[in-house]
Parts: sequence; structure tokens; C-alpha cells
Amino acid sequence: MCLGVPGKIIEIDGVIATVDFWGVRKQVRLEVVDEPVQPGDYILNHVGYAIRRIPPGEIQATLALYEELLAHAEREDDLMAADVRGEIQGAGNDGR
Amino acid sequence: MMAGNRGFDELKFRDPVRARALSDTLGRLTTAIGRSPVSIMHVCGSHEQAIARFGLRATLPRDLNVIMGPGCPVCITDVPEVDEGVALARQGVRIATYGDMVKVPGTVMSLADAQAEGARVDVVYSVSQAVEIARQSDEPLVFFATGFETTAVATAAAILGGPPDNFLVLSAHKYIPPVMEIVAEMPATRVEGFLAAGHAATITGWGVFEPFVARHKLPVVVAGFEPLDILAGLVKLVELIGERRAAVENMYPRCVTKEGNRRAQEQLWKVFRPIGGRWRGIAHVPNGNLRLRDEWAHLDARRRFDIDVAGLWDYAPRPLVHECICGDIMAGIKSPTDCALFGKECVPHSPVGACMVSSEGTCKIWHQYGGHPDLAPRSVTGGESGAVCAR
Repeated sequence: MCLGVPGKIIEIDGVIATVDFWGVRKQVRLEVVDEPVQPGDYILNHVGYAIRRIPPGEIQATLALYEELLAHAEREDDLMAADVRGEIQGAGNDGR
Repeated sequence: MMAGNRGFDELKFRDPVRARALSDTLGRLTTAIGRSPVSIMHVCGSHEQAIARFGLRATLPRDLNVIMGPGCPVCITDVPEVDEGVALARQGVRIATYGDMVKVPGTVMSLADAQAEGARVDVVYSVSQAVEIARQSDEPLVFFATGFETTAVATAAAILGGPPDNFLVLSAHKYIPPVMEIVAEMPATRVEGFLAAGHAATITGWGVFEPFVARHKLPVVVAGFEPLDILAGLVKLVELIGERRAAVENMYPRCVTKEGNRRAQEQLWKVFRPIGGRWRGIAHVPNGNLRLRDEWAHLDARRRFDIDVAGLWDYAPRPLVHECICGDIMAGIKSPTDCALFGKECVPHSPVGACMVSSEGTCKIWHQYGGHPDLAPRSVTGGESGAVCAR
């Protein structure tokens, strides 16, 4: 659960950002993110809140671990992939 | 039946050449220390998941002992705290909490057990989902708030965001830095250095560990969660131990700065104050528990309700609990395989202790990824098939 999950901001409405996680769009809250963010930025989401703006030069290195995990996500019992899926669930659905 | 090492073959290091170089360096540095074992503790369930999932222990030098300490927020939530949630639920109060918390045993039952008897318990992925549930009616909704500082900042933000009056918080949040002090002083643990968790440090910043290092003369290295991040963190830590240099090193600069996330810290400390309290299996940890400040008393479930925990004690305690060694495992004194119940009476679908409940618990991680990962010899490249995940 402490893993968090990175995603790309598509648009921002006040303190709520629409964020893309590998094709799944979710709502992430921006109250605690460390720096101002804008569409196109990547953030690290933890339990529905962005806790860090990922510096542009670090995005690929950050995504690598998650892409490795999700590439094998067919393993239903994989704890790390399940945590990543849980973190994506932590972000709200449209209309919230 | 154990999950065994099924699936390990498809798990690759992103850069096997670099992984082997790091592994070789780690072996050389460990041998140079000339002591066995050199014990390192990490305090993060996600680190243990990555270590076990990617079979990292099989690549580590024989003389290097990497143990998981109190890094599972669900596991260290103490029995009396679970009892508070269970008692409230049985008093008819609706409870919302994170998934794993529902199954964690209290003195006589878990929240899931209470739910089976008719209590209303909602599983949420985020505190904001709990706020939404509260908004849909006028009846009280208690968010049983667990997790370390990374998760506590979300609870703080939800409270500062002006939730409805019927939204209440039962805080069992914990703060990591103080428990490192306690574990460092446990004579049986003999930890020579700490690998600190990247994402908790994203909030606190690595500077938070400087007073600890000065007091205990033990090095701390902040590391990320990729297998290569962890190996690089271990190399740096063993290097510091070999040089007898007590310092903080940040090996996860893409996520962690010295100051951390100040905006999150401001909100965290505006809502919470640190108080002493027990962590399951560890000890009383001064300043280790986060409770709501007086300013938020109107949202504090402990002040709003008369929580009848004592009423639970009329029931018989659950069987086998006295044989559970979760506490020693979280203190880094014992391993899951030292426990007579592990994989037998205690399995994920029927856990005796908290460490088998949570996806971040040492027992559940070892159970899923193959018993004792140390006993699984495999090459650092993950076999000769050689396919590597592209960046």
C-alpha cells in the first residue's frame, strides 16, 4: 500500500485532477502534492491523493517497475500488482 | 500448499548487467567487513514484497542478513485499537476502513467477524470515499484510519477539506521515525543499518533521519522499490557499515528530497499530534502514534462515543493466538519459518496473526512468494532465457 502509483494528469478542476493510469482515467486530489502541477505532469498517487510531482527526467525510470508488475498482472495472487490495482481504485471515479 | 517459486522465471531485472555488477559489489563489500552476519533492517512492506517477488535474497551474499522490521502498517496496529473499531461496530456505528484492516484479529474478533454478525463495515480504498459515504446520510460514519505518515496525510487533507459533521475519525495512524529508535535499541535485533522506505520519506524528507543517525551511530539509506533500487541501496548501506560511517544517504532522489513534502507535513501536523503508544508486538513507542489535535475533537470518534472495549473481554480469546510470533517477526528477531503455525494452521484465508493478513505482512509475503526465499537458488539474470523487460 505504500507503493503508490504514477499517473499522467489529463486535466485539472480546482483541487481534483483527472489522471490517466495505463488507460484508466481516475480522479486524484491535489491538496497535498508538493509542487504546482499542470496537465501533462506525472504524479505519484497514494490512496487517492497526489503526494509528489514526478520530475520530468525521472518519469521513465519511475514507470518501469509498474510496467513490469502490470505486464504480469494476470497472476491474480500477485501482491504487488494487487497493491498497484488497489492504488488505482483509491482514485475516485468520474462524477465524484 | 505453498505458492512456491511459480512465476519467478518470468520476473526479470530491467538491467541484468547492472544487477549482476551491484550484486558482485555487494558481495565484495560484505566480505570485506569480515563479520557474519551483517544485519540490515528495512521497515517497509513494499520493500519486502519486492525482495521476495524478485527473488532478491537469492542474489545476496550469504553473510548479509536483510530483515523486515515493523514496516507493515496493518500489522503493527495494536490489538486494543482493533478492539476499539470492533466495539464501535458492535455498538451499531457504521465503520469504513482500508481492506486489509477488516481481517485483522482483535482480542476476540476482527471487523469482518463483527460484520458477519450484522455490524456495518465498508471497505474503502481512500479516505475520500469514506467522506462520500458520510455525505449520503446523516448517521455517523467512523473512518478507522490506519497507516503510516504517507497515508495519514490523506486523512489530514480530508479533515482540512471540511467533511460533513457526521464524518468521524478513529485514528490508529503511526509515525515511522520513532519506531526505528526503539528497534535500534533492542539488544536481540543487532541491526547495523536501516534501509528507509522511499515513499514515507517522500513526505518526511531524508533529513528526518539525521537526529536518529547522530544518536544511534547507525547509517540510514533511503531506497526505492525497483529491484535495482533496492540492490543499490543495500550496496550503499554495506559500504557505510564497512567504513563505520554513520550517515544518511539518499539513493532515491527521483522521489525523495532532504526537506520532503512540506505542504503535506504542514497539513499532517495541523491535524495530528504524536503521542506514545503500543505497536503490536514491538513495545511502547514514544511519539509513534498519531492522534487528532484538540482542535478536531468534534471529529474524534474516541471523544464522540463511549467505546465499550471491555465488553469484548467477556468472550473467549481466539485459539492459537498465544502461539503466534508476529511480534518477534516485526521486531526482526524471528522469521516466519521459525513459527510452528506458518503455512499450517496460519494461512492467508485463515490467518492467526496480523502478519498473515496484510499484503504487506512478512508472513503473507513469504507464503505467497515461496516460503523462505533464501532457499531458492537462482541466477541474478533470472535464468538463461534472458528475456528482459524493456524500459
